[in-house]
Amino acid sequence: MGEEILLEMKDISKEFPGVKALDKIQLTVKKGTVHALMGENGAGKSTLMKILFGIYSGSGTISFKGEELKLSGPKDALKKGISMIHQELNPIPEMTVAENIFLGREPVYGKTGWVNKKKLVQQTAELFETLNIPIDPTTKMKDLTIASMQMVEIAMAVSHSADLIIMDEPTSAITDKEVKYLFEIIRSLKSKGVAIIYISHKMDEVFRICDEITVLRDGQYIGTKRTDELDHDSLTQMMVGREIKQVFHKEPAEIKEVILSVKNLSKEGKFKNISFEVRKGEILGIAGLMGAGRTEVIESIFGVDPPTSGEIYLCGKPIKIKHPSDAIRHKIGLLTEDRKLTGAFLPLSVKENMIMSGMNKFLNFGFVNGGKVKQSCVSMVEKLNIKTPNLNKLIMNLSGGNQQKVLLARWLLNDPDLLILDEPTRGVDVGAKAEIHKLMCKLAQEGKAIIMISSEMPEILGMSDRILVMHEGHFKGELSREEANQERILQIAFQ
Amino acid sequence: MKNQQTIEKQAPVNGRVRVDWKEKGSEVVSRYGIFLIFLGMVALMSILTPHFFTYFNLINVVRQVSFIGIVAMGVTFVIITKGIDLSSGSVIALVSVMAASFAQGGHSLVVPILIGLGIGALTGLINGTIATKGMIPPFIATLGMMTAARGMALLYSNGRPIGNLTDSFLFMGSGDLLGLPFPIIMFLVMGLISHLLLNNTKFGKSTYAIGGNEQAARICGINVDRHLILVYTYAGFLTGIAALMLTARISAGQPSMGVMYELDAIAAAVIGGTSLTGGIGTIPGTMIGALIIGVLNNGLDLMNVSSYWQQILKGIIIVTAVLIDSRKNRKS
Repeated sequence: MGEEILLEMKDISKEFPGVKALDKIQLTVKKGTVHALMGENGAGKSTLMKILFGIYSGSGTISFKGEELKLSGPKDALKKGISMIHQELNPIPEMTVAENIFLGREPVYGKTGWVNKKKLVQQTAELFETLNIPIDPTTKMKDLTIASMQMVEIAMAVSHSADLIIMDEPTSAITDKEVKYLFEIIRSLKSKGVAIIYISHKMDEVFRICDEITVLRDGQYIGTKRTDELDHDSLTQMMVGREIKQVFHKEPAEIKEVILSVKNLSKEGKFKNISFEVRKGEILGIAGLMGAGRTEVIESIFGVDPPTSGEIYLCGKPIKIKHPSDAIRHKIGLLTEDRKLTGAFLPLSVKENMIMSGMNKFLNFGFVNGGKVKQSCVSMVEKLNIKTPNLNKLIMNLSGGNQQKVLLARWLLNDPDLLILDEPTRGVDVGAKAEIHKLMCKLAQEGKAIIMISSEMPEILGMSDRILVMHEGHFKGELSREEANQERILQIAFQ
Repeated sequence: MKNQQTIEKQAPVNGRVRVDWKEKGSEVVSRYGIFLIFLGMVALMSILTPHFFTYFNLINVVRQVSFIGIVAMGVTFVIITKGIDLSSGSVIALVSVMAASFAQGGHSLVVPILIGLGIGALTGLINGTIATKGMIPPFIATLGMMTAARGMALLYSNGRPIGNLTDSFLFMGSGDLLGLPFPIIMFLVMGLISHLLLNNTKFGKSTYAIGGNEQAARICGINVDRHLILVYTYAGFLTGIAALMLTARISAGQPSMGVMYELDAIAAAVIGGTSLTGGIGTIPGTMIGALIIGVLNNGLDLMNVSSYWQQILKGIIIVTAVLIDSRKNRKS
């Protein structure tokens, strides 16, 4: 591990209209190390990285490789040896993997501008070989799973042969298997002297791979420590400025009668013979790898994409759900996996986002009763501790955690008997995460049934009363809260 | 958990908050900006030409605007859902000739009105059905209707105007009600109805929801296809109203009527702040947008600016409006 300083950011400040996003931030990264940048959502991590990558300009000085760094934009950053894996993927779906990776810098024949396709594929194959990525360079991007796309994105960042790679939540969409791949890649990059800035909400990863940790909070610099000087609790405390002793507040609830049972549900090409039941007061976790078919199962129960065969019983009576409106009528709610894609109405206000799934109860002679809406929304804002200046604020201006709470409020306003939560805390900061978990326990205590899908093992283990393990479209087994642990879940998945 | 709530800033929802004037200012500008621009234009025209700010001229401007304005209200609904309607101009022609042929006497006034509104709504229903059930982009579906409806209008009328309309029918174009021309009354009434529909009903909220995020709207239980069909039908219905009044105004059913009206209607909506990216737009905004176009045309007419220049200016204004809109989006 080198002691040579590669990057030094000093007194970086950035103001947006009305907000001081960053206030005199310091960040020093040494050559050949992995440096974690931690903080809750809205702490300023992404803003700081966007300054470093030349997307924003800010005040303060940056020195890189011993020289002062002044960037005109991301292109300039790449040229000078800084590359970035973005949190959100931006692939061009109709183009091949190779074309995506070398977009804008394709190998050409001489100076003709005519793309040398053979060389393009060859270069990509070589790149994948060094990184041990098993993807065919000629596949179209749209045919890849999200996890594979993420690997391609990582390969793309590496292909710039940068001295510093910024990874903004690189593991948010990939499974444990690929995380292992990624860590191997990171280790080999380290040995070549490449430095990495690693942003993640997953503490386990940070402790596994990072050498140093810098913590930001509300745009302020909190401190930098070596990883071995910290543990879970002390790091959490640095991040939130308060102590969160136990990350999962699982409170017991009385588990009562079966509310929903599913028999032999199948959907061609997606999943087969799924049977399970969930009881009032129970939190049922569905574990499995990305692409195991978990989302497909619950979406078909909810009527988004109805199953080809099988039966669904609600309180013992068979029901037909052909459209989400049927599910809502049966008092089922679904918090979807992808907030932006299928959850939030980004151009609309907090209030409108909240009422959209249950407008009928706000209607007076066909007109939306503004007073009733306001009353309900205000009580939700208070109940879920949603931080918004007012109800008319556009949801896109809230932080991820608050957006998620608004979407939860949308379903809670319907007073559902069964709530299906697909990755309820993805991209949500530690504080909001704990609040969402607490809320889940409270809902269970109120006698509601909850089905939760999560790719985060600690969350599944910490919150569920019972865990179903799914793999490649099948239910492989079931574990009680007491007998479940990470190893057993993986064992069942792969048996 | 308890101490966390006291530590964290709990933003007040109801109570008094420190007012950020800068933010408040930009909010006022983005909310009422188009109205301010409109007032500025009226002031400018009044200074530049003495004939502009007179009662008769202003009434004249608003009457001219009311036809396109009513069409633009429907188009606003459509654009908010991320769709587009290119067929309104041709539908005006089709409604015009068909309604006119039943308005030459021998029928009660109700017949041409019902036929006009019915044909308008029917074309919208077809547009919406083709776009949703056929999964064809609205641009193409309504482009087809645009071409076909014009053809039908020409076929039905043999390419000739249909005149000799009854007085009671003509009232819709030239009559006065409560001291105001009938088209203006209808412009205001349909504006109010459309505004209430869009803002205060489930139908309106669903319209915004679909434009804001179609997938999320489905998951919220909204029947997206059915809703879109209804939106296009409402747009067609409004086009029918405009067509009836236009026909009465020029005292004849004209197969060549309404050429380019679809684009003027889209322009009015867009100038009024409706965003082609969906989920954003208001009826008052669209009404102002239509008025801006009307004031511009009229003022420039009065100043004897050539119509060629008028077109150039209109083009610049449309693009500028969208430019402002896209910059606003980029900021947030």
